[in-house]
Amino acid sequence: MAKTLGPVKRKFSPWTDPASVPFIRFENITKRFGNFTAVDNLTLDIYEREFFSLLGPSGCGKTTLMRILAGFEEPTEGRILLQGKDISGVPPYKRPTNMMFQSYALFPHMSVEKNIAFGLKQDNLAKGEIDTRVEEMLKLVKLEQFAKRKPAQLSGGQRQRVALARSLAKRPKVLLLDEPLGALDKKLREETQFELMDIQQTLGLTFLIVTHDQEEAMTVSDRIAVMDKGIIMQVATPAEIYEAPNSRYVADFIGDINILEGTVTQTDSALGAPGLVRIDSDGLSVAAEQECQAVKGDQVAYAVRPEKVRISQEQPADTSLNAAYGEVWDIGYLGDFSVFLVKMEDGRIVRAAQANVSRLVDRPITFGDMVWLTWSRDAGLVLTR
Amino acid sequence: MTKNRLDATVLTLGFAFLYIPIIILVVYSFNASRLVTVWGGFSLNWYVSMWSNQGLMDAAWVTARVGLLSATFGTILGTLAALTLVRYQKFPGKMLFSGMIYAPLVMPEVITGLSLLLLFVAIGVDRGFWTVIIAHTTFTMCYVAIVVQSRLLTFDRSLEEAALDLGCPPVKTFFQITLPLILPAVISGWMLAFTLSLDDLVIASFNTGPGATTLPIKIYSQVRLGVTPEINAICTILIALVTLGVIATSIGTKRAEVRRIRDEHMALRTGS
Amino acid sequence: MADTTADNPHAKPARWLVVAVPYLWLLLFFVAPFLIIFKISLSDTAIAMPPYTPVFGGWGAISDFVSELDIENYLFLTEDPLYFQAYMSSLRIAAISTFLLLLIGYPMALAMARAPNSIRPILLMLVILPFWTSFLIRVYAWIGILKPDGLLTLALQTFGLMGPDQQVEIFRTDTAVFIGIVYSYLPFMVLPLYAALEKMDNTLLEAANDLGCPPWKAFWKITFPLSLPGVIAGSMICFIPITGEFVIPDLLGGADTLMIGKTLWTEFFSNRDWPLASAVAVVLLLMLVVPIAIFQNQQKKVA
Repeated sequence: MAKTLGPVKRKFSPWTDPASVPFIRFENITKRFGNFTAVDNLTLDIYEREFFSLLGPSGCGKTTLMRILAGFEEPTEGRILLQGKDISGVPPYKRPTNMMFQSYALFPHMSVEKNIAFGLKQDNLAKGEIDTRVEEMLKLVKLEQFAKRKPAQLSGGQRQRVALARSLAKRPKVLLLDEPLGALDKKLREETQFELMDIQQTLGLTFLIVTHDQEEAMTVSDRIAVMDKGIIMQVATPAEIYEAPNSRYVADFIGDINILEGTVTQTDSALGAPGLVRIDSDGLSVAAEQECQAVKGDQVAYAVRPEKVRISQEQPADTSLNAAYGEVWDIGYLGDFSVFLVKMEDGRIVRAAQANVSRLVDRPITFGDMVWLTWSRDAGLVLTR
Repeated sequence: MTKNRLDATVLTLGFAFLYIPIIILVVYSFNASRLVTVWGGFSLNWYVSMWSNQGLMDAAWVTARVGLLSATFGTILGTLAALTLVRYQKFPGKMLFSGMIYAPLVMPEVITGLSLLLLFVAIGVDRGFWTVIIAHTTFTMCYVAIVVQSRLLTFDRSLEEAALDLGCPPVKTFFQITLPLILPAVISGWMLAFTLSLDDLVIASFNTGPGATTLPIKIYSQVRLGVTPEINAICTILIALVTLGVIATSIGTKRAEVRRIRDEHMALRTGS
Repeated sequence: MADTTADNPHAKPARWLVVAVPYLWLLLFFVAPFLIIFKISLSDTAIAMPPYTPVFGGWGAISDFVSELDIENYLFLTEDPLYFQAYMSSLRIAAISTFLLLLIGYPMALAMARAPNSIRPILLMLVILPFWTSFLIRVYAWIGILKPDGLLTLALQTFGLMGPDQQVEIFRTDTAVFIGIVYSYLPFMVLPLYAALEKMDNTLLEAANDLGCPPWKAFWKITFPLSLPGVIAGSMICFIPITGEFVIPDLLGGADTLMIGKTLWTEFFSNRDWPLASAVAVVLLLMLVVPIAIFQNQQKKVA
């Protein structure tokens, strides 16, 4: 039985099934603003009922991509297919997508219920039907008693929920969320993340979220696309993105990681055939067990996450473990974790994180201690990009 | 502190300079004596005789109609112009367009008035009521454009995008979302246009014709003959109207402010 | 993200109309008149109504048009020293008035900007209120005060500063014109200055003081340079229209008060010499091209 990467959230992976048809398809999309290329020849498939995140730093093109799908921007080149139909050129008010804006964009001159009803009225639904739907939405976001209030009379969290209800009211085929939780404080944000996932599951909709917050993307998404400078670096599940980043950029962007540059000295692996890969990084020899296309002599990076590195004052007995020796240079106490910055002889720093499992430790490791860092062969990863 | 005292002195003197002449004018409109320098006791005589002055009343009626119509046309055109200035990034002649908006704000009235008159003569339009309206619309629209423009610059575009996104076509979006939200600026633009039209002597003098004598033209012709308490009376009424308008508007803004603060409290109380 | 919604290809016809309506209106009623005034300034005076020979019999007669043009009116402007003096006098009066307005308006604007937050809206309203009242009324108010037998004379006599047989001799002099201009234009000067001063960050002055700069020096090194956009805007808003001012010199000035607005008015309404009045206007406009350009530039920066 093959090992899986990280926990499995639910049995849902249409992207692994070659027979499934993508719900949304961005096909060779390029968008230029004058000389600036915001999106560069990008192709991406999103599946029905997927909770999909576009993750990247500001200016990476993620918002532009979402606005292209909403119809606010026309792609310079390429086309977008929704359920197989080309929707390029369809104005935003005729697209079956709805968007939740970063600023919420609640109409300040309309009450909560009028805001929610706004989209329904555009479809000329019967009044009774609109009322039922608005009530349904208010209940969904738990704002029944605030129906008559104006947006200015609501707190930030409540406004966020009105914006969500308004964009869901028309039961869009795709809901677009532009930094939906960016304006909330940390605690409320975490609560709301789970509410969002709940709503998405209950209504069975396709969600596309744009965020620069990696934790948020990791928590809510089925899959994440990490973007940089208008191109997609990697599309994968949160666990894959974290445990098997395909490049230095993705590894570095998501979470904390030690990256050691080095040369391949020995490899038993090829495309589709996992094997042992040995790397020499300025005298430090490390090994990884993985599928790797690099051949002997290639310049690669070796990456290992701090929480996979054990710290000990005793030399490890198991010689199959990767090991490094150095001095404790600094310690960051984070409450749940402590991060040790260990300086090796050549001056390079390797970080190791250790869960603070008990409140008191018998023999604490402290500044200046000489320590051994060890990690297993399947903890680290060789990155060729 | 000396700085505060200095500031207070400056402001007192400045406002005294601005207001004393107007106050004197108002006070002497209630003077029973015809002589400006002699106080003959309180009287409403001049207000009564003003009412029976047919020429003055006709002029007031013309002015009111010119003001209402030209302010309304000026507000429509000015709002469109403001939208053009703010929303249209590039179009042929944008430089010329913004030039045409800003230039009339400072253009000496004699030039604007004369040149427009010559246009009317050249295309064979008889001068009268409508030529004054066209002239006033042309210069007031520029003021409206500036007022509305400053509101549009701070307008959150995502509100319009949200409406489009929810299925509302662009023109409907303008009337349902944009216009209601910029309405306070549009209204103050209208009020500015109305008072500018009410005030104007020079441009109207060039472009008026028989039967379209406006109040400023009438007042001017009488003032040239000398100061009369009757003119003081009509000036006082005009000042009172404008003052009431300005005070009403500022109370309106104050109310909106109070409502905003109350809303914020409400939002805080209900928490998240 | 860049704002490109305006370039959205949807809803073309409505979008077109938004630009076209005000654009065409201004082209027809603001730009076209300038071309016409220029053409008429090059035509001959005639006694007929309209009192000039038409430059264009039809819009097509361009060849006739060129041959009929003459610069006679402009030559006349240079021949009679009265016009040159009127232009110079207008510029002089406008320049001095603008300087006086700055001198009075700046301390007022500064005092307003430094006033406590609670009373600032009231002060602002007090400045705006006269701005809304009629120009003509405000000038008229001064006639009653400045007349030889007016209120100023009365007041000075009452307080014994002047003998009972003496009278203030300001009315119908340049001094009265200056008083009228400063009075009428003061709100136009104070408002842009206040706008510039009010948004200034107060911590800048604190930082200057903290770094050892005394308050008076901080004013010249920090406050004044930062308020320059307001100074330029206010000066231009006042200077340009004052140069062409008609009502104030006509009602408060004397026979020897030369201002070009008055000259133009007389040529037009009394002498009925429309081509000459047009030439006077064209020259005035040319003189004001530079200040208007400065003003426009300033406004564009603000917007």
